[in-house]
Order: sequence, then C-alpha cells, then structure tokens
Amino acid sequence: MNFFERTLASFLNAVEHALEAEELAKANGLLQRLDPRIKVIGILALIIAAAMAHKFWVIGAVFAVALALAVSSRVSLLLLGKRVWIPVLLFTGIIALPAPFVIPGRVLWRLPGLDWPLTAQGLLSARYLVTRVETAATLSVLLILSTPWTRVLKALRVLRVPVVLVVILGMAYRYIFLLLESARDMLESRRSRMVGELKGSDRRRLAAASVGVLMSKTLQLSGDVYSAMLARGFRGEVYVLDDFQTAALDWIMVAVFFVLAAGAFYYGR
Amino acid sequence: MHIPDGYLSPSTCAVLYGAAAPFWYIALQRVKKVMTTRVVPLLSVMAALSFVIMMFNLPLPGGTTGHAVGVAIATIILGPRASILAISIALSIQAVFFGDGGITTLGANCFNMAIVGSLVAYAVYRLAAGRAALASPRRVAAAALAGYAAINASAFCAAVEFGIQPLFFKDASGAPLYAPYPLSIAIPAMMIGHLTLAGLAELVLSAGVVAYFQRTNPTLLTLTAPGNLAAEEEMAGAASPGMWRTVRPLWIGLALLLVLTPLGILAAGTAWGEWSARDFSNLRAREKMARASQNTAPPADPPRGLERLSSLWTAPFPQYAPSFVRRPAVGYALSAMFGSGAIILVSLMAGSLAARMRGKTP
Repeated sequence: MNFFERTLASFLNAVEHALEAEELAKANGLLQRLDPRIKVIGILALIIAAAMAHKFWVIGAVFAVALALAVSSRVSLLLLGKRVWIPVLLFTGIIALPAPFVIPGRVLWRLPGLDWPLTAQGLLSARYLVTRVETAATLSVLLILSTPWTRVLKALRVLRVPVVLVVILGMAYRYIFLLLESARDMLESRRSRMVGELKGSDRRRLAAASVGVLMSKTLQLSGDVYSAMLARGFRGEVYVLDDFQTAALDWIMVAVFFVLAAGAFYYGR
Repeated sequence: MHIPDGYLSPSTCAVLYGAAAPFWYIALQRVKKVMTTRVVPLLSVMAALSFVIMMFNLPLPGGTTGHAVGVAIATIILGPRASILAISIALSIQAVFFGDGGITTLGANCFNMAIVGSLVAYAVYRLAAGRAALASPRRVAAAALAGYAAINASAFCAAVEFGIQPLFFKDASGAPLYAPYPLSIAIPAMMIGHLTLAGLAELVLSAGVVAYFQRTNPTLLTLTAPGNLAAEEEMAGAASPGMWRTVRPLWIGLALLLVLTPLGILAAGTAWGEWSARDFSNLRAREKMARASQNTAPPADPPRGLERLSSLWTAPFPQYAPSFVRRPAVGYALSAMFGSGAIILVSLMAGSLAARMRGKTP
C-alpha cells in the first residue's frame, strides 16, 4: 500500500468512526439516556479511580463496571473488542512484554537458553499496565460512543472549561470533516491522474504540496467563516445554550457512580 | 507519542496539567482580547487542519511511511502561541473523540507536543533561519531542523515522564504501578523511534511545506520571519504594559511559592545526591545517605572529584544559611528568597537589554 492508500484509509476510518459513534449515540441505552454532565463526571471519576488503584482486583472491578455499562447501553462487545481491546492489547501488550524480564524482583523462572530471569514484580507490573490501560480506554470509548459530540462539549462547561474554548472545539470538530473531504478529493484526483509509480522524492514533494494546499485552503476558509460569522451578527460574545434536564434516573446514576468511584478509591489505596 | 491513560500516575498527570495551564491561560487571554477579530475561526480551522495533518501518512526515505504532528509547520505559520492552542485542541479532539491518547494524560500530551514542541520549534526555526530572505533555502533547512528538534524534544519529555514512574510509584511488593521501565530504558526506547522514523516524518513535512509556500505563497511565512510588520507587532505586544495582565497569574504563583519556601525546612534529611564532602565522614550523615540510597552504604571516603572541586567555589550563602543569621530556618528562607530574587533580577535585566538591542537594530 502506498501513502495515497494509507492516508485515504485513515481518513475513511475517521469518518466511519464518527458515523458509528453518531449511530450508537442515538440508541436507547442506559448511558444514552443520562444527562451528559452526569455521564462525563461519572465516567471521568471511574477513569481516575482505575488510574489511582494500587490493587489489581480493584482495576478488574472497574473493568467489570465498564462491561456492565456497555451491555446496558447496547454497545456490542464485538465492537469494543475491535475498537479498543485488540488495538490496546497489541500496542500496550508489546510495550509491556519485556517488563517481566527487565524489572528486578523475585525470580520465578529462567528463560531456557538465554537464562533471562522472569520476575514476579515484572509480571505484576505488566499486568497492572495492560489492565489499567484497557479499563480506562473502554470507559472513555463508552463515553464517546454514547454521547453526541455537541453534548459532550456542552457538558464540558460544567467542568469550567472556558466558553471560548468550547466554541473553538465545536467549530474545529465541524471543520475536521470538511477538511477530511477536501483532502480526500485532492488525493483521489491526483491518484486518478497517475500512471505508474512515483519516485520517493516526488512522493514526498507531493505529500508536502498536498498539506501546503490544504493549509492555504484552510486559511482561506477561516476568512470565509469569519465573514459569515460577522454577517450573522457575531460581536465577540459567545453563548452556549445549556438545555439539560435531569430525571430520576440521572440522580440514581449520580449515586451509583459516586458509590462505585468512592469504593474504588477506598479499596484501591 | 500520544500517551494513553494508565501509563502515568494521576499525580504526574496533575502536575503536567498544572504545567500546561499557564500556557493555555496566557494564550486564551490573548484570544479573548482579540475575540472580535478573526482569531476564533482561524484557531478552529487550524486545529481541524492539525488533526487532518496528523492522519497523513508521509512517505519517508527508504520506502516506509510515518505520521507527523505538524507542530513545527503550525508554529512557523501561526507563531508559537496560536500553535500551542491549535495543537492542544487537535489533541483534545483526538483524545476525547477518537480515543487516541488518554483523557487523564491529555495535559501531558499537550505539554509534550503542543507546548514543548511549539516552543522548541519556534526557537530552533528563529535561530537557524536568522534573517534569511523568505525565499532562501536556509529557511527550508531551518524548518526541517525545527521539526526534527521539536518532535525529539517532545519525545524526550514523554520518555522522562515514563522513566520517572517506576521511581515513585510501586505497590507493596515493589512492582511498578504505571509505565514500568526506568529512565535508562525509557529514554533510549523512545528516542530510537523518534530520532529515526517520527523525526524524519516531521522533518519531511516541515521542510516540504515551507518549500511549497516559498514557491506559491511566501506571505504566509512572514509571521515568524523578522523585519516584517506582523512579527514586529507580536514582539511589541509581548513587551507592552498590557502584558502585565497576562503574566499576573505567573507572578502571583511565584510569590506564593516564595512565601511557602519555609515549608522546605519541614522536609526530612538532605536531598538525594546533594551531599557535601564532609558528610562522608559524619556518621549520622552517612546513615541518612544509606537510608536514602536503598540501604546501599556510601563509600568510606568522599569521591576524589567532589573533594577537589568542593573547595573551588564557596557560594555567598554556603549551605543556604548566611553566618550572620543565627537560626538556620530563617537563613534558609532568606536564602531562598534572595536566590529567587537574584534570578528574577537577572531575567529582567536580560529582558530590558534585549529590548534595547532590538530597538537599535533597523
């Protein structure tokens, strides 16, 4: 696969991911029905609890909670496996692989031939890393898959993120898809005019020129967007409509998240 | 390079959020001040662009491909402040929406790539490009160098963050709780990949895009090139009295730290490695050294180099306690305040000297 195909594939992957998230966010599950503010704070608390835990079983328990949340929110475990568990295992697993042989500690076994010592502490540290990363990644993906981006952004206001930043984040997200499309069209049209293979230096020049063109287009786009904003009466003030309403389920889940996170903090010390 | 959740301890994450916060604050204050101008849409679309650039597979020499962050090119076109914000926003969207990089580690990722990356890229680019013309090949080389240096500086920061985890965070059995490898493994492991593939990807992108703009739209390169209106304005803005408002939180923080210096007296023992030659012959000091060094007994005699060099320079405040102050606690606090004051004074003098020199150059 050359750089055209690889780049186009990663663009497609991003768009697919966004569509998938949008579809799932519409499903009628537990997390989807929750007030985004409660969801963001609750899941953040669980991620922090998993990150702070000093005991393996506590991390496992938080992971079990994440699984329960996924099932009750109609997020298929197959999707989680494909999106989170396998990629994380491949990446973090490879990073953690040498740890049992490198970390000093009580020797359990020696690798025949090479005589490398496999230590208990090393095994434990590899297990900590992989389970912690899997748990946190599952929780954050659940948050993303169950909440439309605009709602996540509004919920960020509760966490005291400045309104300017929320607006910029929202606008940036919107234009990502426009720019992805623009970049895809550009690469596709170039590819359709190609006969045979390009030299390495030509490929690099082409990639740099594509980024350059995209950058010029982006700067022009920012001018257009600004004119449009002025035309609609933008005077430098930003308002975000907070139209959240909490129901009984939200308050029950506040209590559930609180108990779970507090338990994980307490027992994980 | 995008550190996922679980690799860094929550306290490291908190420290790095704290380290990134003043940079975000200053950049945001500036955005708020010029809110009615085109900064909001500009930052938004540039953040979107950074996100898209991070997805490009760049062809590298040797037939492989690699991803770049695009921090150097963002800095060259937008200047360091806007680049810090644009890259931070792109990283936030990656973390929160695409799960690329953790949420607890977002501060660390922004600190490494957006802040350290932008500042290193800016310094290297300005230094290497000097006053070369906009179309000069020197600017292409400077951009290449800036990209390569920026990404490697970011990787080095990440490696240090990984490497300090096993020093501080272990469970009861001594097993590391987070990233398990010490600095001696984490630094080479991170740097080999970045000095080669990732560094090369950033180099190809930065140099290629600057060369492209030199041919097609050189005005885009003027912001970080001296001798032009926009760059001068940015410098003047940095030195104007209005700057006081943006740096005020930093001064307040510094003042708070100065006030809190006496807390240092409460810390037990001597900082590890900060021993004097005399401590090696003092029984109690030797005990403390052994305790701090995981019960490894210190050598019987002080290292010869330490002995020889210790007489070379006697600081004005030896052992942080001037002789005219009887109580060591007061002396400690005074020394700390004097030291910080001296550093601030030197910085202010250097700043005013630099400003004066800048005023003289045409």
